[in-house]
Amino acid sequence: MLRLEARAQPSALMQTAAPLLALAATVVGGGILFLILGKNPFVSIRIIFWDPLFDASLVSYTRPQLLVKAAPLIMIALGLSFGFRAGIWNIGAEGQFVMGALAGSAVGLALHPLEAFWILPLMVLCGIAGGIAWAMIPALLRVYFRTNEILVSLMLVYVSYRILTALVTGPLRSPIGYNFPESRSFHDNPSMHNAELWSGTGIHIGILVAGILVVVCWYVMRRHLFGYHVNLMGQSNKVAGFAGVRINLVIICCLGITGALAGAAGVFEVTGPAGKLSPHFPVGYGFTAIIVAFLGRLNPIGILFAGLLMALTYIGGELAQFILDAPAAAIQVFQGMLLFFLVAADLLVNYRVKLAVPGGLFKPRPAESDAGGKST
Amino acid sequence: MRGIRLLAAATILLGAVVGPASSDDPLKVGFIYVGPTGDHGWNYQHDQGRMLVEETFGDAVDVSYAESVPEGADSERLMTQMALSGYDLIFTTSFGYMDPTINVASKFPDVVFEHSTGYKRADNVAIYNARFYEGRAVTGHIAGHVTKSNVVGYIATYPIPEVVRGINAAFLAARKVNPDVEFKIIWVYTWFNPPIEADAANALIEQGADVILQHVDSTAALLVAEEHGIWAFGQASDMSEFGPNSHITSIVNNWAPYYVERVRAVMDGTWQSTDTWEGLSTGMVEVSEISDKIPAEVKASALAVRDAIADGSLHPFTGPINRQDGTMWLAAGETASDGDLLGQNFYVEGIDEELPQ
Amino acid sequence: MNQLSAISPELLIASVMVASTPILLAALGELVVEKAGVLNLGVEGLMIIGAVCGFAMAVITGSVFVGAVAAMVGGAMLALVFAFLTQYLLSNQVATGLATTLFGLGLASLIGKPFIGERPPPMPRLQVEFLSDLPFIGHVLFSHDPILYLALLLAFLVWYFLRYTKMGLVLRAVGENHDAAHSIGYSVRLTRLAAICFGGALAGLGGCYLSLVRVPQWSEGMTAGAGWIALALVVFSSWRPLRLVLGAWLFGGVTVLQLNLQAAGVGIGVAYLSVAPYVVTIVVLVLISLNRSQRLLNAPACLGRSFFITS
Repeated sequence: MLRLEARAQPSALMQTAAPLLALAATVVGGGILFLILGKNPFVSIRIIFWDPLFDASLVSYTRPQLLVKAAPLIMIALGLSFGFRAGIWNIGAEGQFVMGALAGSAVGLALHPLEAFWILPLMVLCGIAGGIAWAMIPALLRVYFRTNEILVSLMLVYVSYRILTALVTGPLRSPIGYNFPESRSFHDNPSMHNAELWSGTGIHIGILVAGILVVVCWYVMRRHLFGYHVNLMGQSNKVAGFAGVRINLVIICCLGITGALAGAAGVFEVTGPAGKLSPHFPVGYGFTAIIVAFLGRLNPIGILFAGLLMALTYIGGELAQFILDAPAAAIQVFQGMLLFFLVAADLLVNYRVKLAVPGGLFKPRPAESDAGGKST
Repeated sequence: MRGIRLLAAATILLGAVVGPASSDDPLKVGFIYVGPTGDHGWNYQHDQGRMLVEETFGDAVDVSYAESVPEGADSERLMTQMALSGYDLIFTTSFGYMDPTINVASKFPDVVFEHSTGYKRADNVAIYNARFYEGRAVTGHIAGHVTKSNVVGYIATYPIPEVVRGINAAFLAARKVNPDVEFKIIWVYTWFNPPIEADAANALIEQGADVILQHVDSTAALLVAEEHGIWAFGQASDMSEFGPNSHITSIVNNWAPYYVERVRAVMDGTWQSTDTWEGLSTGMVEVSEISDKIPAEVKASALAVRDAIADGSLHPFTGPINRQDGTMWLAAGETASDGDLLGQNFYVEGIDEELPQ
Repeated sequence: MNQLSAISPELLIASVMVASTPILLAALGELVVEKAGVLNLGVEGLMIIGAVCGFAMAVITGSVFVGAVAAMVGGAMLALVFAFLTQYLLSNQVATGLATTLFGLGLASLIGKPFIGERPPPMPRLQVEFLSDLPFIGHVLFSHDPILYLALLLAFLVWYFLRYTKMGLVLRAVGENHDAAHSIGYSVRLTRLAAICFGGALAGLGGCYLSLVRVPQWSEGMTAGAGWIALALVVFSSWRPLRLVLGAWLFGGVTVLQLNLQAAGVGIGVAYLSVAPYVVTIVVLVLISLNRSQRLLNAPACLGRSFFITS
């Protein structure tokens, strides 16, 4: 019988070892999956995890693309981590991402055909404002009416999708695009184009911002009073209240930070890699970022690595698709498997698994079956 | 700056090693699909084309595909990865891949791209599309004949020219044979959502439609029609098996011959950037076997319409045609130019609905 | 407004009942899960696994009922993975639920590959002498398939179970305060495990309703977001099974009505009606939270929190 015991402090060793264990388990599980599908398991795993990082003909492109794919995930996840630490469950970052992109784009497109250096920065600011505004709906409802923010923020994602569709088939539709439901291309308008900084890499300013934010968030979380308040609230609202934390203010700030970062990420994405608004522009970054936040254990450095790992599975998965002719679904299953193992391995960080002698540690109460942990 | 040089070096290297028509190396051909190949519609038909390429050229080609690739940044990355991996010819099969295709093509001048349903070309980007509206004229013709209630239901996707053109073509053909026919149109704002499509079909039937035309990709509407004992038409692929009684015919997107031809052109070194917009005449659009359950004379006249369009003696948009607001679009005897059709954003006169703008 | 007369209320109501059944079933399952204090965001993944398992088994065996059972088993099995991870390995419910959706969507596509283009056996419909021929009532009430009636029956049974049975009380206690429930001797984890599996089974059944009745066909990604609507529906109903039925009709109804209004030619802005359920849900949430006593009665206090015994 195995028994769980809570650790007083998260294990430093396991913080590194647990994800590696999960990766190892995924390699084995994924290998079996590809074997069943009739693919060479060793080649499959190599293509997904190794080639994007080390294949000579690809790396000049895939390495920077890892950053491009990871940046929005990291930015949004950083924002989410504050709320999640404080026990505020904003799962609607996707909506804030979309509304940020919409607000930023709308301002940029309204100024068309003006060309000026300040247009892109203004769009980013408006994106931030749009993201915050969308996040304030669940925040204010929570503060004033104690409405559950999980569900409000989730509902607002669907509302944002509809607004996006309405705008790109209506006011924001490109006048030169044969009535297709999409906006003007930002790439064709230098002032609105979030251009790549080094040609051929796709690296754009948003990636640098994401990198800086990792450091800033790490500092705020560790050293700043706000980070302390957030963590205190996560432990208990009551304790936080006694300690003089203005709980409502923290709620508004946490949701506001997520909205701001998601909104900014939305503008960087739409003006850079995506290039234009269309109903298919959101590809679920806001939801994937939730996973990234948890995989990174709500720690900025952890989020950085988790975001890069997720990006790696996307890019490696694409390679596997066309090199091996693996169906897209196999890659989804593979990612799902990786996530399952990662969340499962997380157990080792906060708990110690102990071998227990049956009977000896069990008290005769029926509830003990819970306390005894799961025999595996 | 290191990135540029590496990328440039890689490009040159790849161009040198696996240039088209160079050595005994198989030609590497890639296909990118926007949805799953198992949709039995748009992507399924492109994949059928890929299979024919594989079958035709055997070991001379190395063909792969990637499915469910989101339009935008993800597709651009995938194309770049394919190009970097030595692919010689890449088919990008959705409208939303247009800008990514152009971007990637500019970075890889030695790789040849084929983009479907878009309007941007380059020296190494050819575009191709099918005149689906020709098929829709045939289905509209049949619908006008077989409807008893004079109400024809139409499930539409997004109000883009392609779809509006299809509605107009079908409506004009239906009105021609049946002046009392009326179209009821539902916009579902999705290309593929079987439950919504089924609901839309139900709503149309409940409001009196006894024939259903669809522009959406799933077979849901056909199954609903089968259940209600009314007529329906398939889209993109031959959907007859889904409606043994209800299915009249399908407008089939037959890309396969085009794909084979273009792959051969790259092999022979005769490939050029072209703008292809073909219909019934070349078989890029096909009208599948028409059901014998409709009256024989209707079937015969439908085949006659098909043949007339195919040999060029009939243009589905031949004047006099007025716009919905009553203003003249085409004078008597005048036919629509391709430019007019490509940007079509109005209903023709007689359609009693408002076009979403 | 004369166009409105084109819409027959009788047919509309019957369509709404059919359109709402998948989300009703899935939401009913999720309601029980949430009442036990667990938030499972994997409903979409569970539904599509049910859709494919049900379809595959119905095609193989030629029986829609074997298919329906297979759908429930399939949904419950995937739910079991979620339950094991969240209850025994104490993983975060939100992250695990999202992973379940991803995994389920992928796995369903893989299972479904050989079944694309197949046609399932037809689902029988109720045909009662006299009753089914009644005007209006006959079409609305007595013309459906067995799963639709089962869904309504289940809504009643879940209501009864939660309200009047000992086990229902235990379940609610576990969701309300797991530490207290544990200390009076109830097994928090087993209760939650059972609730999650039940939720998975119902989501699976809801999924196969799509692939066997409403569309009847298998295509990849065919649930197209129904699982997420089910999640909204649970909240909309403020965790009450009978209100859930009304909510499902409203959610399904808005979609069907929107399509009907379009077919009737009533303007085009109605396409945006499809956003209404989400907005209405938010309004309802606010109203619920305004009423303190009701909030305490219905929303499970331990929703989404992991349970671990420290003693």
